[in-house]
Amino acid sequence: MLNCQKATQLFSESQERPLTLKEKMDLKLHTLMCSGCRNYGRNLQALRKIARAYAKGEGASDALPPEIPKED
Amino acid sequence: MASSPDSRVAPLQDPVFLQDLRRQMLRFATLQLSDAHLAEDAVQEALIGALKSADRFGGRAALKTWVFAILKNKIADVLRQRQRLWQADRVLQADEDGEDLHELFDARGFWQPDEHPAAWGDPDQAIYNARFWRVFEACLDRLPAAQARVFMMREFLELETPEICAAANITVSNLNVMLYRARLRLRECLENHWFTPGETPC
Repeated sequence: MLNCQKATQLFSESQERPLTLKEKMDLKLHTLMCSGCRNYGRNLQALRKIARAYAKGEGASDALPPEIPKED
Repeated sequence: MASSPDSRVAPLQDPVFLQDLRRQMLRFATLQLSDAHLAEDAVQEALIGALKSADRFGGRAALKTWVFAILKNKIADVLRQRQRLWQADRVLQADEDGEDLHELFDARGFWQPDEHPAAWGDPDQAIYNARFWRVFEACLDRLPAAQARVFMMREFLELETPEICAAANITVSNLNVMLYRARLRLRECLENHWFTPGETPC
């Protein structure tokens, strides 16, 4: 049974290479029971989409001053 | 089609548009090359390259996508020739590694209760919001330099593993670890500063 650290690693690697059948099964089993990792997997897909949009020049408009998020 | 305001003035004849585009390109290039002169050169070359075939583009959006595609190639070329800058970064890297994992996961490797990732919904709404991009850039800025660099090579320039490993002079497993950590941090930063959700179930 995977833990969350391992599951998030597999999610990241799935963006670099096809996962093996066993890895896929393990991940499936884990995410069935873990909503945090389920969200994580979707967030990573969104992150990729966001990055690709940025690289097409979507991060436009200099109308706004840069805002630096504060550490909390 | 030809009468849309978008294409009434040839985009490259419009100084305001051009200036704005140049600024954006410069920011994009500087982020990745962390060197103002190299960034300036890459932008200049990309713009010159785009001018040659500018008449093929009706609208600004198409032109912008095209210019950025050229710019990405230029940046990739510069990065391929610049392995030496990685060495110093990786020494720093060693200090930074590990700390983030302990904050996120408990001793058994499960999420800390307050670190549970939340559902974000559709990222498209963020993509069309200028404020979101400032947050995105600030989050990128906060990544350790080497992590940020491989992340950008992978996601902005869309280079494949062997190419990044060669350019950065690292192994595949080094790369996977760095990308893993970059995504972990970036995801968290975006969630905390933009996708700030309500209550997350335990």
